[in-house]
Amino acid sequence: MQEVEKIVNGKDLFKRPEYQEVLANKKQFESSMLAINPDKVQEVAEWTKTWDYREKNLAREAITVNPAKACQPLGAVMVALGFEGTMPYVHGSHGCVAYFRSYFTRHFKEPTPCVSDSMTEDAAVFGGLVNMKEGLKNCAAVYKPKMIAVSTTCMAEVIGDDLMAFIIAAKEEDKGEFLPAEYPIPYAHTPSFVGSHITGYDNMMHGIMSQLTEGQKGETKQRINIIPGFETYIGSLRSVKSIVEAFGTDYIMLGDHSDQWDMPAGQYEMFQGGTKLDDAKDCINSSATISLQKYATSKTMKMVEKRWKHKGGFSNPVGLKGTDEFVMKLAELTGTEVPQKLKVERGRLVDAMQDSYPYMHGKKFAIWGDPDFLLGVVSFLLEMGAEPTHVLCHNAPNGWEDEMRALLDTSPAKDSLHVWAGKDLWAMRSLLFTEPVDFMIGNSYGKELMRDTGTPLIYIGFPIFDRHHLHRYSISGYDGALNLLTWITNKVLDQLDEDTKGIATTDYFFDLVR
Amino acid sequence: MGPETLEAKQKAAIEEILKAYPEKAAKNREKHLGVGSPNDENQKTCGDVRSNKKTVPGVMSQRGCAYAGSKGVVWGPVKDMIHISHGPIGCGQYSRAGRRNYYIGVTGVDTFVTMNFSTDFQENNIVFGGDKKLGIAIDEINDLFPLNNGITVQSECPIGLIGDDIGAVAKVKAKELDKTIVPVNCEGFRGVSQSLGHHIANDTVRDYVFDAKVNVNTSDVEATEYDVAIIGDYNIGGDAWSSRILLEEMGLRVVAQWSGDATLKEMALTPKVKLNLLHCYRSMNYISRHMEKEYGIPWIEYNFFGPSQTIKSLRKIAAFFDESIQAKCEEVIAKYQPMIDAVIAKYKPRLEGKQVMLFVGGLRPRHVIGAYEDLGMEVIGTGYEFAHDDDYKRTKEEIFRSTVIYDDVNEYELEAFVKKLQPDLVASGIKEKYVFQKMGLPYRQMHSWDYSGPYHGYDGFAIFAQDMDLAINSPVWAHSKAPWEKEG
Repeated sequence: MQEVEKIVNGKDLFKRPEYQEVLANKKQFESSMLAINPDKVQEVAEWTKTWDYREKNLAREAITVNPAKACQPLGAVMVALGFEGTMPYVHGSHGCVAYFRSYFTRHFKEPTPCVSDSMTEDAAVFGGLVNMKEGLKNCAAVYKPKMIAVSTTCMAEVIGDDLMAFIIAAKEEDKGEFLPAEYPIPYAHTPSFVGSHITGYDNMMHGIMSQLTEGQKGETKQRINIIPGFETYIGSLRSVKSIVEAFGTDYIMLGDHSDQWDMPAGQYEMFQGGTKLDDAKDCINSSATISLQKYATSKTMKMVEKRWKHKGGFSNPVGLKGTDEFVMKLAELTGTEVPQKLKVERGRLVDAMQDSYPYMHGKKFAIWGDPDFLLGVVSFLLEMGAEPTHVLCHNAPNGWEDEMRALLDTSPAKDSLHVWAGKDLWAMRSLLFTEPVDFMIGNSYGKELMRDTGTPLIYIGFPIFDRHHLHRYSISGYDGALNLLTWITNKVLDQLDEDTKGIATTDYFFDLVR
Repeated sequence: MGPETLEAKQKAAIEEILKAYPEKAAKNREKHLGVGSPNDENQKTCGDVRSNKKTVPGVMSQRGCAYAGSKGVVWGPVKDMIHISHGPIGCGQYSRAGRRNYYIGVTGVDTFVTMNFSTDFQENNIVFGGDKKLGIAIDEINDLFPLNNGITVQSECPIGLIGDDIGAVAKVKAKELDKTIVPVNCEGFRGVSQSLGHHIANDTVRDYVFDAKVNVNTSDVEATEYDVAIIGDYNIGGDAWSSRILLEEMGLRVVAQWSGDATLKEMALTPKVKLNLLHCYRSMNYISRHMEKEYGIPWIEYNFFGPSQTIKSLRKIAAFFDESIQAKCEEVIAKYQPMIDAVIAKYKPRLEGKQVMLFVGGLRPRHVIGAYEDLGMEVIGTGYEFAHDDDYKRTKEEIFRSTVIYDDVNEYELEAFVKKLQPDLVASGIKEKYVFQKMGLPYRQMHSWDYSGPYHGYDGFAIFAQDMDLAINSPVWAHSKAPWEKEG
């Protein structure tokens, strides 16, 4: 029973003898093997650690277990929230939107506005035109967004709803009351059964950029567009802006959600910050466009390079080398010297890397995440002399595996470094048993791997639900690389203390100074 | 503030809120908003609100879907079975391990609740159908997770649209593997909310657990006169455990938990119990009614939130049994009373008179009112995401004063109600949490207990009281205003 002076929640409550007795009594009615035959559980648990299990596990072709990817509309919602006053609108059933909102909210600890038009059985039969007409009208009337960005759920895609025709019809029927002809409602088809959340990012970004710029082509301006990609580190967006600003050049960040998902306390406004719509309309007239995530923007960048003929291309400013390349690209595009500020920042980062290298050198890492994130962070690990033993990308697009392999081949340890494209985290579990590593780098889904395999987890990635405020930091630019260095080195040191804290057994190595 | 003033304020708020909508939407939403008076015979439902209707498109409803109701709520917590999210990758990922359905077991070996199994549909599965892939998936699961006691197939939207026959696949595989395999057609577009998913899932329990042979042995458990089942407790933060302990202390034997920390065997044992105890009426009244009709098992609703309702419920349950149980029930009540008195003595002075607005799923909007009122707090607004008329009828008996009632409230309305009625605490879900915290309002998530709990039973109430005090009396809310800002 609780004691009023020391009320405890479930963490300690259920350890008490009266609850242990309740749990033990319950077993007689259970059918899980632990209640029936704990030895059998032990036997199977041991088997899951073997090479035999690994081979069977990696050969799976139909069941995905513990994925490390999400579906297209999630990425579309992120794009929309990076534009000024824009409401993400998902054409389909509202359950999906409840999921997108909770998913982002649990990561950012911030509100995530997004509406759906609540399609149900009748829409499945007759199509969702009626829902779209009412939904756009209600959304515009109630929330008064400056723009509505429409994407789709798989339901709408399977029945084949035509977004362009529906939006035109909705505007026509509204007769300008809530949806005037010029009201921007860009759209993108985002079927969940194609690609992943980064594909949805690409499709929505392409939709907004191509549709807002229609008829806007004019004189080219000396200005650089920056497309961040599916970036979940708010600080990264700020680091990138600060680098571009150091060059004193005019720029537009397309899809900047850094204010939307980082609102100060005091009052609530549904929309904050974001790319100005006037800038978004004019982005076609910039002289260059740089995408920071190649695999999250391939369709968008094809348009920008082939049709818009922009200079720029891809540059992934994660790690030292990635940031150097980004900085040099900006120097080239602006025709200016690298600013002193960045030279100093770089010097400080390199200084820090040279201070900490003994702790990362030769350490084996398992890492998973989105394709561009992995290219950046793996590059940084190699710059520190670490060994990225398992690099797993569940949503790897074509071309990624070869690019990652080529990167790993630059390491002296290349023969023991593995790329796992299209594999899930249950596959990773096997790998961690058969070919163990010292540390994992990944999102909150790594937590169960940490429990099952004992491998320490360094929280870097998306989503991170069970650690606070990491998303506020940067992993891009020289300052972002310093954060990566700090998190990783200190986790190595924490683990060193953990391994040496045995009193009178190992604590001679429990050093005060490291 | 007198009750008339509160009621007038609430009515004015509704009127004001409706003005923002286009005509058709306003007409629709008007029927879902009302002001409830306690035990008002004239009101058909609490506040005379309409419910369980289609959501108005485009308004940012907080509702989920039928898949969420089946996979997320009813079936997902059954721990020794593997629940396949059948379709594209997203649904299973977004719903993974977020509900805090606690269980004991070796995850990945003999229990599987916090894992995500998906058939990860690709375009060719949409075009050519996914039945073949499902069959292979079931085989692979059986190879790699040999201690699973069954599999459920939780359909996502495309399944029902492309004409797949998951029932046929399940039938073939169940026979071949001698396993319980349950096909659930809980596609997200079915119905208007999670609610239909609960119903569909309940029906599949009937068809595939009760009416079919299950592959677990139930013959080793002999029925007793005191057998009961806990129905509609999802063991969030351990709620069912802190409920179970009280029932056992009063001499009853809890044979099954539905479905938090549940196993297939527990479900299969339930048709032999003497009484079904129904906590979440909305999500599991269907199977309770079925067991009453089919097996003659009576069911009663109970409420283990807050001591007043807990005591009432314990006595109501005991009344079904003999005097020995009734005597022990009084002993249990007496045993915990000093602790509860101490908890109330400690926290009531810190919470008395604080006003609360709730918005939760299908049970808590009425069931937790008593717990707040036990602490001297005043609930002035409540509503459900997916309740039906019978829930709103029951709500009439649970409210203490004029209460604004909002069915399927959306982001705009809830924000407007809070701004107009200015409660001291908002208690709802994760999607709304930070909206209100930005405004400097104390907030508690009432789906997940904000990563605390349990809140059920006597031990749970102590945690509930402590958590409400933590939220309302934390110093952090006072920091919103900077010292250089003017008063006002």
